[in-house]
Amino acid sequence: MAYLELNNIYKTYGQGENETEVLSNINLSIEEGEFVAIVGFTGSGKTTLVNLINGLLEPTKGEVLFKGEPVQGTSHERGVIFQNYSLLPWLTVGQNIFMAVKEAFPKKSKTELNTIVADYVDMVSLTPAINKRPKELSGGMRQRVAVARALAMKPEMIIMDEPLGALDALTRGNLQDEILNIWGKDKRTALLITNDVDEGIYMADRIIPLRPGPNATLGPEFKIDIERPRDKTEMNDNANFKETRNAIIEYLMDIGEERKSEAKAEFVLPDLSPKDFVNQFK
Amino acid sequence: MKHSITLGKVSKFMGLGFLTTFKDLFTGKLEKEDFKNFLRKVVVPLASIFLFIGLWHAGSKSLYNIEADFRINKALEEQGQVAADAVAACIALGEDSSCQPNTLPSPAQVWGSYKSLLRDHNIISADKAAFIEKTAVLNEKRVADGKDPIVYTGRPSFVDQIFRSLQTVFAGFLLALLIAVPLGIFIGLSPTLKSSFNWFIQIFKPVSPVVWYLLVFMIVKTLLIGSSEDSSFTISFISVGLCSMWATLVNTAMGVSSVDKDYINVAKVLKLGTFQKIFKVVLPSSLPLIFTGLKITLSVAWMVLIAIELLAQSPGLGLFVWEEFQNGANDSNAKIIVAMFVIGIIGFLLDRLMLTIQNWVSFDKTDAI
Ligand SMILES: Nc1ncnc2c1ncn2[C@@H]1O[C@H](COP(=O)(O)OP(=O)(O)OP(=O)(O)O)[C@@H](O)[C@H]1O
Ligand SMILES: [Mg+2]
Repeated sequence: MAYLELNNIYKTYGQGENETEVLSNINLSIEEGEFVAIVGFTGSGKTTLVNLINGLLEPTKGEVLFKGEPVQGTSHERGVIFQNYSLLPWLTVGQNIFMAVKEAFPKKSKTELNTIVADYVDMVSLTPAINKRPKELSGGMRQRVAVARALAMKPEMIIMDEPLGALDALTRGNLQDEILNIWGKDKRTALLITNDVDEGIYMADRIIPLRPGPNATLGPEFKIDIERPRDKTEMNDNANFKETRNAIIEYLMDIGEERKSEAKAEFVLPDLSPKDFVNQFK
Repeated sequence: MKHSITLGKVSKFMGLGFLTTFKDLFTGKLEKEDFKNFLRKVVVPLASIFLFIGLWHAGSKSLYNIEADFRINKALEEQGQVAADAVAACIALGEDSSCQPNTLPSPAQVWGSYKSLLRDHNIISADKAAFIEKTAVLNEKRVADGKDPIVYTGRPSFVDQIFRSLQTVFAGFLLALLIAVPLGIFIGLSPTLKSSFNWFIQIFKPVSPVVWYLLVFMIVKTLLIGSSEDSSFTISFISVGLCSMWATLVNTAMGVSSVDKDYINVAKVLKLGTFQKIFKVVLPSSLPLIFTGLKITLSVAWMVLIAIELLAQSPGLGLFVWEEFQNGANDSNAKIIVAMFVIGIIGFLLDRLMLTIQNWVSFDKTDAI
């Protein structure tokens, strides 16, 4: 029995004429302690997939099993880093994280909780900004707060929806290492959604492409057989790395081409709503 | 972080930015580029005030002449030249109120009435203070004996009326807040309640203050049956509250039901309890809308207060206006205009007060308009 299992998942949005099937026949299983990355084009249904796993959405058909039990609602065992940060704007950085930690460890004293908050704020190097509100932070700083909030709850499984999208290469690298660190400790399980193939290869054990929606399905998986701890500069010379990277990019280019030619033939615009786009600029 | 609170900050916070410009003018800090700003923020508003007073003066003068001419002509037609001359002389003398044209008073008359109202207030205050001093010893004894103390029952001054009105409006506002905010939260949280309350809100929202007064009067009168207490204050503040609470009710319900989905998702992922979810997520996020509602409620409350006080015969500015109108003395019209300005200015200040509180509590610190 796998740690997380998705069996024949279908997800449709809307009703009647507006009904669109975003995800079709998704099958995925993740073992305990594994790090899985999913890469996909924008609008293909990655966030939808994430929300099915964390319990914010229910599948139209099929079942999501977590440790053998069907997922019903959210749980502290599955921590989420949202794509659009989702920080509460009326709370400071520290308060945002404190609120989460307090829910996760209701028995701990206030001083213990504050220590946890301070540790994680320090981990994402935001100690000077701990009393600032999200409005006063840059996009990258907000994303780091969101990362700290999810990790501070010490979830068994970390679900990350493009968590490092708004960061510069340097900070990105640091946080990738921090996430790997925390994942490696106590053998946690991780699911990473990303649009950066290199990031996927650096961090994950397996990469699975999500084919563009509607009716998005998962493509063939690519195993990354590179020893941990991995080193960015060394990896560039690794034959295995080059091969896998080329294979994934080729696969993605192919579906990209497919999509283009389909679009040319029919002239139908993809059903994309700019919801996330707007939220990113809030 | 500590902020040093300066006049500039406070006045800008309250939306009274022009005060800063004034200060700069007096401290000689005005730069050349600021001159245009100064022109726009100080000179133009001042000029418009003078223009307004000028037009008012000219208008009242011509209205006065129309009425005076009419009276003289009427006397001429009905009683002949002698009577007409007498009326003209009487009007020119300006002492006997019976022959004076009764029309829009001029700015000077209004200013005069304003000063006389203040004088009147000073006299009454002195009188009251003397009365309290005189009865202090006696009252102490009466209280010790278990009897009610003697209270001053003289005529209230204009300033007293203002405070009575403020009391009524704040009591009404508080009532509106206590009813509308919790009710709005319940309605906003549950779509079922929302649809079942919708007809109720739609029907009662547009009801006029006069009808609210009558409704409250019917109910309170029966509830207080047999009691000798004066219920006019109770009736008027309840009417004010019921009449003005709708904006807060609608805005609260709307704010609560339209909380950003992202925040709700956070609450779900953190598994906040219902109580925590309402107080930590739903309420803070709908606070701006709730305050917009409260701001409207307070200004509506102040607006309908005058009519309701008048109907309820509850002491305050409304009753003052009504009594002056009935009184028909020489300077009654001018006093009514004084009351009008006082009502307007207090309304404006209340609005600013709400804006200040709103800026204070709101996480989204946008500049005051
Ligand atoms: N609540 C919703 N109601 C209707 N349609 C939705 C809803 N949420 C998402 N969709 C649609 O489902 C599709 C997939 O959306 P989703 O947010 O999962 O994409 P994504 O892969 O996360 O995109 P991105 O990379 O831009 O974040 C889109 O076409 C979107 O319009
Ligand atoms: Mg997404």
